[in-house]
Amino acid sequence: MASLKKIARRSFLVGSAAILGGVAFGTYKYHQDAPNPLQPAEGKAILNPFVFVDQSGVTLIAPRAEMGQGVHTSWAALIAEELDVDPTAVTVIHGPAAKAYYNSAMLSEALPGRGYNASDMQHSLGQIVGNFSKFLDLQVTGGSSSMRDGFTRMRMAGATARETLKEAAAQKLGVSRALLETKDGYVLAPGDVKLAYSELAAEAAAIAPQKTELRPAAQWKYIGKAVPRIDMVGKVTGTAGFGVDTRIEGMRFAAIKQNPHFGAGMRSFDASAAETMAGVEHILDLGDAVVVVGSNTWLAQQAVDAIEVDWEPASYPATTEAIFAEIAATFEGSPNSTLRDDGDVDSLPEGAELIEAEYRLPYLAHATMEPMNATALYTGDALQIWAPNQGPTVVQKAAADLTGLDLAAVTVNTTYLGGGFGRRIEVDYTNRAVQIAQQLKGIPVQLTWSREEDMRHDYYRPGAIGRYRAAVKDGKAIMVHGKIAAQSTTQEGAARMLGLPMSGPDKGHVDAAFNQPLAIPNFRVEGYIAKPMIPVGFWRSVAASFNGFFADSIIDEMAHKAGRDPLEFRLELARAEWEPAAKVLETVREMSSWEAKTPDGVGRGVAFAYSFGTPVAQVIEVEDLDGDIAITKAWIAADLGLAIDPQNVEAQLFSGLAYGLSAACFGEITFEDGAVEQENFPDYDAMRMPNMPRVEVTVLQNQKHMGGAGEPGTPPAAPALANALFDLTGTRARELPLNKHFSFL
Amino acid sequence: MSKTLRINGKTHEVDLPDDVPLLWVLRDEIGLTGTKFGCGVAACGACTVQVDGEAMRSCQLQLGDIDGEITTIEGLGTPDNMAKIQTAWVEHQVAQCGYCQSGQIMQAASLLAENPTPTDADIDEAMQGNLCRCGTYPRIRAAIHSAAKMMQEA
Repeated sequence: MASLKKIARRSFLVGSAAILGGVAFGTYKYHQDAPNPLQPAEGKAILNPFVFVDQSGVTLIAPRAEMGQGVHTSWAALIAEELDVDPTAVTVIHGPAAKAYYNSAMLSEALPGRGYNASDMQHSLGQIVGNFSKFLDLQVTGGSSSMRDGFTRMRMAGATARETLKEAAAQKLGVSRALLETKDGYVLAPGDVKLAYSELAAEAAAIAPQKTELRPAAQWKYIGKAVPRIDMVGKVTGTAGFGVDTRIEGMRFAAIKQNPHFGAGMRSFDASAAETMAGVEHILDLGDAVVVVGSNTWLAQQAVDAIEVDWEPASYPATTEAIFAEIAATFEGSPNSTLRDDGDVDSLPEGAELIEAEYRLPYLAHATMEPMNATALYTGDALQIWAPNQGPTVVQKAAADLTGLDLAAVTVNTTYLGGGFGRRIEVDYTNRAVQIAQQLKGIPVQLTWSREEDMRHDYYRPGAIGRYRAAVKDGKAIMVHGKIAAQSTTQEGAARMLGLPMSGPDKGHVDAAFNQPLAIPNFRVEGYIAKPMIPVGFWRSVAASFNGFFADSIIDEMAHKAGRDPLEFRLELARAEWEPAAKVLETVREMSSWEAKTPDGVGRGVAFAYSFGTPVAQVIEVEDLDGDIAITKAWIAADLGLAIDPQNVEAQLFSGLAYGLSAACFGEITFEDGAVEQENFPDYDAMRMPNMPRVEVTVLQNQKHMGGAGEPGTPPAAPALANALFDLTGTRARELPLNKHFSFL
Repeated sequence: MSKTLRINGKTHEVDLPDDVPLLWVLRDEIGLTGTKFGCGVAACGACTVQVDGEAMRSCQLQLGDIDGEITTIEGLGTPDNMAKIQTAWVEHQVAQCGYCQSGQIMQAASLLAENPTPTDADIDEAMQGNLCRCGTYPRIRAAIHSAAKMMQEA
């Protein structure tokens, strides 16, 4: 394995460069190098380093999108941990598109294997395979991967910067570097000598980056502690800049109307009424959409609404029923994957009790609070884009393809994201702004989608069917056989974003179904892939959002069939497979004072899911209030291995719960005549203050590997609620949303 | 038509059709972008501002009908001089993506002006029109209670 070690050792290179009045440090990755962003080709400006030190202090260029998950603050804390500065004093800005920023952690999730039982070798192999994403130019924020991705890189950048600044001080003072210390942005020398980093920055730029070891956990000051979020004050004073807040000199505002039939064109349109409306400056034909550009977004919106369009029809099944019939038909073919196949699921011992269940979950929209939008300025030989996006290099590449410009001529400016949840990994909304800018050379244009356009033109969480057979005997789980059918987010996403056909077993498709750490002796999970119909994409926790429901619902049905306490039943299965999974269940049992028998009018459900490297258990309590059901309480326990900021992890976990409960209670995208029927929040609602349960969260750090935080809170939410409703009412929910069968307060 | 508006203590002249919603006057004409567009149909509360202290959805308030002193999030406090309610939001680290928070804060400030010691039920009632897709509700609730306390002590 020498070559692997060699790669691993070379994984993090640190470069430095002089900048005006200071120095910049950056880590970049491994042998056949992505261009070092710190050493640009001659004649090019300095690009993209991770850390600047200059007269204004320390600035972190964060190549991950801040979409609410706190990555800017936590990455600043990682830098600060080694650089000895106050993390809240670090200025953080979004980085531009650059190959050296690719996400090494996200693609390592694509390795086969269950994750939780990865050996150290497998785990580091996972890290190394992550390097393949370099070739795909993925600078994406997703997959609950940012902390795993940045954990070493950011500390390395901070440590190297510190030692290099110390070396600059050593040379200036004529003392050995070993005699120097650092504190709060200063190098301290014997005799009460104090040199600010800002004073040393210019000299440090002339010194080769000084290598050093990372500090051991015992010395950490910020990692593992709550750090106030860097973006908080801006976000409570209305001064944080989201995509829609971009204001460029001379900018015009645009509204769009796109074909409600995905992928279909436009036969003709009549804009005569719109032409004379107030504020209208340009009416543009985008081939499969019409756009009005004007002086005000709302006036443009009114005008675009007044355009009559004859749309081409849809080429896929036109109704929800027909689409689900296609999905169900894939069970007749052969599976794409059988990533778990333990024991024998075909023959049952005598006395075993069989359960057969089919679960159906709908397509779902992301419904970020900030509707899709982007701003673009095209000048003929260059293009600028301002967008709240999760993947700057993907946006850049798509824009270059669209315009025929070189990548280097396309600049992507990332703003804060008013919610991402996977929607902003896509480039449809940036491409639209680019198409408009191309037609209006020299004029910056901001395109904001109406909520209706946003909801009806998403890359949806796929609708999915889970067919399960399971058996219990003598109170024990003896068999689970799950078949899961849906469109493939992985395959369709890879083809769309990377132009790569993906074949072979699709692990993402069966995530949180095949890899649950539960000791079931006869256990098979098969994935079936439906053909592309509706555009599908990455929705918070991706396939784990439906598989988590299937995998845990069947366990709950088995527990009841076996006459067992549902929590004890899961605990027994987890204990025999993976201790950290058992611990999260034990923890919610204690937190909730779990009792299988609840008072009349109160129901409780437990659910467990392992996803994105993190085992999570949730207990939800519901109460019948004169026929209406209130979701009163929720308890969450999760094992992150290492929680870089526990306060932020807590927020991510209850946020994941809320997102999952919103979908579980209200979320459903349906189709008629090939178009989405839902339009806005009144018909696609979400949890609100009165129905959000009181939540308690416990963050454990027992497992060896660092787990994700942004997504793992979502998969257990729907089954925990459905299981609680079963406990309350005796009605088993095998489809969502639950408001079809239950009346919520 | 030309219209004079009083916003955050300042006077603004705007020349726009009567039916343009206040939201789009603020954002696209005056440049006060702290007030957000979320749905356009008064279903999410992201555009909440105060008119004479009362929380209103600015996406439904037509320019021609506006009569009163408008306060937006920018008028409530600034990064260097935050209102108590904003300080409470920071103390509880409420915001995640943050997009809905201007509206949440304007709604909550209006609640506290009317009811200095709201119960959980009062908070449910007042805040139900303000959607947060990140689900920050537990911390919003805690911040409202804290702000109430801070205002009482002041």
